[in-house]
Amino acid sequence: MLDDVWTPSQDVQPVLPSSGDPSTAVVPAEWRYLLASMWRIRYFEDVVKSLFVRGLLRGSTHLYQGQEAVAVGVCSELQEGDTAACTYRGHGVVLAMGSPVDRSFAEILGRAGGLCGGKGGSMHLTDFSVGAIGSNAIVGGHLPIVVGAAYAAQYLRTGAVSVAFFGDGATNIGSFHESLNLASVWKLPAIFVVENNHYGEYSPLTTTTPVTRLADRAASYAMPGVYVDGNDVAAVQSVTREAIERARAGLGPTLIEADTYRQEGHSRSDSAAYRPPGELDAWLEQDPIIRLEKSVLREGLADEDVLAELRQGVHDEVHDGEERALSWPEPELETRFADVYA
Amino acid sequence: MTVELNYRQAISRALADELEADPTVVLIGEDVGAAGGAFKATAGLFEQFGPMRVRDTPISEQAIVGAALGAALMGMRPVAEIMFADFAGVCFDQIANQLAKYRYMTGGQARVPVTVRMANGAGAGFAAQHSQPVENWFLNIPGLKIAVPATPADLYGLLRSAIRDDNPVLVFEHKNLFAVKGSLGEGDGMVPLGVADVIRSGRDVTIVATQQMRYRALEAAERLHGGGIEAEVIDPRTLVPFDDATVTKSIERTSRLVVVQEAPVDGSWGASLIARMVTQNWTLFDAPPALVAADATPIPFAAALEAQWLPTVERIVRTVEETVAS
Repeated sequence: MLDDVWTPSQDVQPVLPSSGDPSTAVVPAEWRYLLASMWRIRYFEDVVKSLFVRGLLRGSTHLYQGQEAVAVGVCSELQEGDTAACTYRGHGVVLAMGSPVDRSFAEILGRAGGLCGGKGGSMHLTDFSVGAIGSNAIVGGHLPIVVGAAYAAQYLRTGAVSVAFFGDGATNIGSFHESLNLASVWKLPAIFVVENNHYGEYSPLTTTTPVTRLADRAASYAMPGVYVDGNDVAAVQSVTREAIERARAGLGPTLIEADTYRQEGHSRSDSAAYRPPGELDAWLEQDPIIRLEKSVLREGLADEDVLAELRQGVHDEVHDGEERALSWPEPELETRFADVYA
Repeated sequence: MTVELNYRQAISRALADELEADPTVVLIGEDVGAAGGAFKATAGLFEQFGPMRVRDTPISEQAIVGAALGAALMGMRPVAEIMFADFAGVCFDQIANQLAKYRYMTGGQARVPVTVRMANGAGAGFAAQHSQPVENWFLNIPGLKIAVPATPADLYGLLRSAIRDDNPVLVFEHKNLFAVKGSLGEGDGMVPLGVADVIRSGRDVTIVATQQMRYRALEAAERLHGGGIEAEVIDPRTLVPFDDATVTKSIERTSRLVVVQEAPVDGSWGASLIARMVTQNWTLFDAPPALVAADATPIPFAAALEAQWLPTVERIVRTVEETVAS
């Protein structure tokens, strides 16, 4: 008998933010746009949570609070014609791509006026008109699709890039590896953004993944792997710019690991009781929106009144969108037979 | 001018004609390019159209199907090859959860003109993981179309129609039919998806069969003719959509139905067809319909065992005789 048999560790240590400074290093010129975009997502998700609590939503939902700087930082660097696909935790990315708040709410509510006519719901928000080509509810399912969008860009010479947003958990599924490999060997204009929020559903990353730096996984596919503080919107923009330049120049894909944190549980049924004490509080200190606001104040670009006004404006916009969506009708029953085939 | 060609050549000819006709058509898959395909079904295309349009991929079925889907969303019309249809198991998610549902769950925003070609079927000694009747796996997934051509002309025409279709179409190429000869007549040779072919007329019984079983059904019909039984033989050519009307019309005359399939009964197209015919046309029948199917086992390797797994001409003849006698 071996007496040193390996057993899984039950000792899960808190994952603490890497940044000690609760601000962003740089304040981008378009800070108002970035702040408004992040608040829009935050308020939107707060409303989604409230709709659930009020019993107005069906199924499940996966909230994005705390990760706003990733979606906004990346999508703010994209141009018309570029595309992005994301996960079932995808409200943030779709809003950051520019989808209207009311039609996004309406989709989550299953209304006729929803982005997908009520056929997709929370996990499948899609808006081709803004380049949001799909929210996927299969972990890793959209990565090959993003590779295909990048393949089309290369073949049709459109100059577009395609971005895949996915969680840390997706880096353990086969499609991740197939996608990075193919994108690299074909030098495709794809950008893989892993939003490392440190939990794959309920399991801490350390219990499922043997590497701690997910960006290191890029080495197997001969592409740059870049780690970035995912709660610093300016830093996310900066690494995204480099990845986009590389992609548009025909040099191939990049893997970006954005270190961030899911402030809510995995889904509506998850209270996240598995978190070690102190972890959430430490990350709330590093909230990406608060960090940008602090930096704006530090640089003297605005005072608290100006920020409060900005917040109020976005808050009202989101709540107006909620009201409109709630006033819209349910889909006509015959529409269930439409769109099975073209 | 009539063109003589075999089943294998019909594949490359259809692909070449569509690559020629539409610059957004591309072909991707394992060894489809420089090597000309594992079955040499794409021979010559790489030389004719170049590496941008006939592109070799890594052994990555998920990435192959997903890349075809993503490219289709962006305005291309890709053809993806899955070398052996059994490998669809490796990319089941991309076919079942992605390709089939993309249009529906986006409320019709997406157009998914993807053709997935797969080499299918038993009888060639490839054993359990390279011989399955994989078309049956996908019957219960609305959003896909499924083509099962048996002749060079049908393969040519259905493959071209599949590529031009704005929906995902799975085209199953039966690898025991690659050497079958045939001809293409005048015109573009297109065969629409969803139209059955009545390949033999008869008044006593309707036999429905696809691909390899179509040939065995025809052989059985000839033997039955010697015994005074006239069988009508129908090849549906596509399983989704299925041309129920042609089968119903035949049963109106024959009042008897025998389905022959290279697959076990449960979850198969033959079982579904019989269920539809019985529930919709109960009063037309003078005898219970029969399903000549493969054994409910994995496909064995040894020649004698595999031959028993597949429905034989003798079994078809016997079943038809029993059906006609009852």
